[in-house]
Amino acid sequence: MFGAPVQRREDPRLVTGSGRYLDDLGQGALAAAFVRSPYAHARILDIDVTAAIEVPGVIAIYTHEDLDGKTGARLPLLIPHPSMTNPMTSYCLTREVVKHVGEAVVMVVATDRYVAEDACERIKVDYEQLPVVVGLEASRAAELLVHAEAPGNVSAHMVQEVGDAAAAIAAAPHRLSLSLQIERSASMPMEGKGVYARWDSDEQSIRMYTSTQTSTGVRAAVAAKLGMPLIKVECIAPDVGGGFGVKIVHPWPEEVLIPWAARRLDAEVKWVEDRREHFISSAHERAQVQDVEVGFDDTGRVLGLSVKFWHDNGAYTPYGIIVPIITSTQLLGPYKPGAYRCEFFSMYTNTVMVTPYRGAGRPQGVYAMERTMDSIADYLGLDRTDVRSANFIQVADMPYDHGLLFQDGRPLIYDSGDFPASLAMLKALVGWDDFAAYRAQAELEGRKVGLGIGCYVEGTGVGPYEGGHIQIETTGRVNVSTGLTSQGQGHQTVFAQIVADELGVSMDDVFVTTGDTRRFAYAVGTFASRAAVMSGNAIALAARNVREKALRIAGDALEVDPRDLEIVDGIVRVKGDPESSMALATVAVLSNPLRYAFDESAKAATQFVGIGSADPSKPPVAEGEEPGLEGKDYYSPPRATFANGMHAAIVETDPETAEITILRYCVVHDCGRMINPMIVEGQVHGGVAQGVGGALYERMVYDDAGQLLNASFMDFLMPYASEVPHIETDHLETPSPLNPLGIKGAGEAGCIPVSAVIASAIEDAEGFPITSMPISPDELWDLRRQHAKGLLSGLRRGTRSTGTTTQSSAQTNPSNQTNPSNQTNPID
Amino acid sequence: MKPSAFVHHAPRGVDEATALLAEVGHDAKVLAGGQSLIPILNMRLSAPGHIVDINRISGLDTIEVTPDAVHIGALVRHAQLERHRGAIASLPLLRQALVNVAHPVIRNRGTTVGSLAHADPSGEMPAVLVLTGGYVDLASSRGTRKVTAGDFFLGPMESCLEEDEMATGASFGTFPAGTGTAFAESTRRHGDYALAGVAAAVTVVDGLIIAARVSFVSVTSTPGVLDLGSSLAGMAPEDADWASAAGLAREHVDPESDIHASAGYRRMLVGVLTARVLAEAANNATASSTASAGASANTNGSGGLSP
Amino acid sequence: MSEMTQSHLTESHLTESHLTESHLTEREMAESEMTERGSTRTEAEPLLEIVMRVNGVMHTAAAPARRLLSDFLRHDLRLTGTHVGCEHGVCGACTVLVDGTPMRSCLMFAVTAQDHEITTVEGLATLDGTGAPTMSPVQQAFIECHGLQCGFCTPGFLTTITAYLRENPEPTETEAREAISGNLCRCTGYQNIVKSVLRAAEITTERGAPS
Repeated sequence: MFGAPVQRREDPRLVTGSGRYLDDLGQGALAAAFVRSPYAHARILDIDVTAAIEVPGVIAIYTHEDLDGKTGARLPLLIPHPSMTNPMTSYCLTREVVKHVGEAVVMVVATDRYVAEDACERIKVDYEQLPVVVGLEASRAAELLVHAEAPGNVSAHMVQEVGDAAAAIAAAPHRLSLSLQIERSASMPMEGKGVYARWDSDEQSIRMYTSTQTSTGVRAAVAAKLGMPLIKVECIAPDVGGGFGVKIVHPWPEEVLIPWAARRLDAEVKWVEDRREHFISSAHERAQVQDVEVGFDDTGRVLGLSVKFWHDNGAYTPYGIIVPIITSTQLLGPYKPGAYRCEFFSMYTNTVMVTPYRGAGRPQGVYAMERTMDSIADYLGLDRTDVRSANFIQVADMPYDHGLLFQDGRPLIYDSGDFPASLAMLKALVGWDDFAAYRAQAELEGRKVGLGIGCYVEGTGVGPYEGGHIQIETTGRVNVSTGLTSQGQGHQTVFAQIVADELGVSMDDVFVTTGDTRRFAYAVGTFASRAAVMSGNAIALAARNVREKALRIAGDALEVDPRDLEIVDGIVRVKGDPESSMALATVAVLSNPLRYAFDESAKAATQFVGIGSADPSKPPVAEGEEPGLEGKDYYSPPRATFANGMHAAIVETDPETAEITILRYCVVHDCGRMINPMIVEGQVHGGVAQGVGGALYERMVYDDAGQLLNASFMDFLMPYASEVPHIETDHLETPSPLNPLGIKGAGEAGCIPVSAVIASAIEDAEGFPITSMPISPDELWDLRRQHAKGLLSGLRRGTRSTGTTTQSSAQTNPSNQTNPSNQTNPID
Repeated sequence: MKPSAFVHHAPRGVDEATALLAEVGHDAKVLAGGQSLIPILNMRLSAPGHIVDINRISGLDTIEVTPDAVHIGALVRHAQLERHRGAIASLPLLRQALVNVAHPVIRNRGTTVGSLAHADPSGEMPAVLVLTGGYVDLASSRGTRKVTAGDFFLGPMESCLEEDEMATGASFGTFPAGTGTAFAESTRRHGDYALAGVAAAVTVVDGLIIAARVSFVSVTSTPGVLDLGSSLAGMAPEDADWASAAGLAREHVDPESDIHASAGYRRMLVGVLTARVLAEAANNATASSTASAGASANTNGSGGLSP
Repeated sequence: MSEMTQSHLTESHLTESHLTESHLTEREMAESEMTERGSTRTEAEPLLEIVMRVNGVMHTAAAPARRLLSDFLRHDLRLTGTHVGCEHGVCGACTVLVDGTPMRSCLMFAVTAQDHEITTVEGLATLDGTGAPTMSPVQQAFIECHGLQCGFCTPGFLTTITAYLRENPEPTETEAREAISGNLCRCTGYQNIVKSVLRAAEITTERGAPS
């Protein structure tokens, strides 16, 4: 089953409308809605709820003053870091000053959502508007502060260095400087957030459901906030309609407030976010401004690299500085620069907070590095793949220690990967060496086309751990659970594939539960492309434990050496003698000595039925043993395992309108051994689509007053099928030596290099550098005009073909056409 | 995002509807397709106390094709009109434009007359109405009236409908023999509002252009017609200076900048699209005048007789 | 509600925390609002009796005029297969068939929709002779082609594609991609959904009957 593209166990349920997403639950619950700040920075002077109380169906209205105990304190800083000198988190309901449009000020609980919104509309909040800081330029200028506690609007300042980058750059034969800008957008899952909580007054306990990527994280945070013992709070992630990072943040204010209200009102309470709320009060991942200095030799080998960047973290920092840390470490990609220095400032603005969105800072790092590689190649007149090759970490160098600390606080050491092989595969897939001829033909037709490339390495499977539990019931049913969560990755399928292989049972008998603290309470969560690596391995290890126990018990009962036994299709049998066998179901019965037989099959385990060598001097449950056919294990990695990939794209730009079309998009991807290649490919497709959206269509547009101008799907342009190209994929497998299954993560791969690849391709089509992404046709049209006026220098190679370019600038184009912008100016 | 409460009325006839509007029109909206209205209600950008739901009024879903016009009732869905062979044969521009209105699923419910009444400068159908010299039928308890396209659209999102009035139908004029039409728009994504759009009607008789007119989408505050006849009349289509005509179009329009595109970019698009649709329309004019009955070359959105 | 107003909440100044003191009364109010069925009603807003045929079954429920069809299906009729992604008609997750024609249920009121026959994702499968559900060709194709990941957008695609294939039983790949270009999916990148459309057309032919 491992490695097979089996159909998903989840699908029959989901395609028949039998999914159970958050809003499908709790049909009788009270509904919550929020009054959210319409201003980006304002002091609350008064809140008048008189008119709202009149609305029939309103049950309760709460503000910060109603929040008792720790619910009134700020939300936790989830990932502290020594460089984070001025962290800041919000309150569940604003205490005094709102710091971004969308911040929750008042909570209304009513009989249904329509009524709750009616009440919210009638609540009058008196605000004193305060000056607003939007954008990195204003934040850096720091004429106005977002938080008085954060001078210069800096939440964190960090430097990592290996070797002396400045000296290496100064001593290098060649030098370049680049000023780059990259913006991402937001996770924007099709299902927003939602919380449903039940207070059980008999048990004095909470059961809550939330559309989250970490039910164990939410449970712990909510128990802490509500001052309840952990054992009195259970948290379940139901079917979740996508996460992509935004649902790893926890606890959201609503995740605290809804169970708090449920306890307070002794009722079921539910909150389901609407799309506008998601835009203005969840999280984005937005802009970085990057300054790069690089020193290199004649072959394009990087001798010294120094990167300084400013990162917009929005108004609050509950997730710490994970995103910029990932940028600064994953920037290195598959390369080994001689010396490296990375410095960043994480900056406050009066906008929605910035937390990980699929890729989580890697796209920004890859962008900086790949734009640099392209620039070096153009400067030297070399092929862009040759420059990259000159910088690759080689197979012989593995494991490769960069000398830096990664986002898990552990050394950045690549475990395996064959970058030259990946590149060769990509060049073959896209036809890299044939492009010059293709471009020549296109130019004859009056078309502008360009070829781009981007390479990345992705640290996946970060710890601290995940666990797996397996229990075989007396019916033969195999229950599997792990604590992390699912948002469409097919965990119920891939984990069942692992167990089916390890135990020797049919997948149809395996039932997987994820994200339910009642079933598995020790877990971290689903993020950083870690679920297959972490839970996959933990479940495999647990399955091996169960298998060993099953063979031991069966060996006892059949009076054979367990080493002579195998399990095939749920039957334990002697190798070479299939008649001598016992169903796993029976082994499960035997594993639990009973006084009472609860059904026919259980009779076999009761005390008066002789079983094998029942030695009366030995206890029914031996020392060190436990009853039942169960196994539990954990996987805790020494450090992350590194997947890699390389993408190439051919784009066409309209000579008149500058509209951009992706003609081909090629992906070569290495995530080690794949449990289910169909699922991996689906993950890549989805990632590429988000990458295309982020490169060409999506951007959060804030005005100077901190208003989000495109807070709806009408104006936030997520791609439809018509905007996403057909994606061609090929795979390489360099297994990870770090875990028993040899797997690496795949979840984020598709989106990581896309902005870099598209920028690379557009610049190749246009003949001038693209330094700012995303880009719209209007922006490209404007760059063309600047270039035509001489305000924007062109590439040294102009729009000449890649592949066979030499250093000479007198290359003639095979079609004998003169290129309109045949520039040879050096870039600065 | 849930709408505010309203009283729902479902009249069975136009008279009943107008009587209702006479009473509550100052605080009411008429609901036909709802594809523009209901998002506005859901976002609480508007909170009328009354909704006059005309979907139960019979007789408003007819399409009537006469030699001079295609006349549609207020409940004709975009999708219905888009597929009506007689209407499309008579006035190909209808379908050329309709396939650009949102997405097919929206067109299944949205009404063309509703789209006109909404008077969105980014709407395609207002541009078609003015170019075809059409009119809108209005009714109130005070009587009925026809308002020509030129007088119907007063400003962005503003029509001449009085509080107590509703649109009951619209009429799109057909073009004289020898006219070809075309429509093109540029959007960021499939189905989005146009950054700029142009509709063109070019009449060719005896191999020479005798009339050329265009109207615009998204780049003027109200839909209007630009007559390019003086610069193109008398030329053969193959010799026509489309570029110069495009220049006149660029000067004529008054686009605004927004988060999707600048005014300058939209103006450039107007030039490119105008040249393109004029050429296409002229081509269709020649094709239709030489096509034998039943033969057709129907490419999506670019005109010709539908099969 | 008026009792609550007079006796406990005459003033709105929050520092008095009168809201918190009255939570017992709040709960009592909440309980009296609930009907036996567990659904809730508001006093002031009139309820209409809405009679609607969904997936071949007549349903009756009381709801206010402003109840969107999407909410009516999901909460008044407990047919939660239709999903809500945006409530402004763009994402398509809420798409249902109205007399067989796909429309956005978030852009219709239940009171208007009751004149029509509604089909939701729950109505796409058919029952075979033993009463077991048989996946429709479109549902089957999605399973075979990995046309879904989180499944949230899927019901909207299934209804849209079901109707599309009735009109266009043999689409090309380009046509299939265009047909699905009015629904948003954040997980799949659409490629396997395009495959699913083509496979559904094949399955329909294999089964020898329209879907």
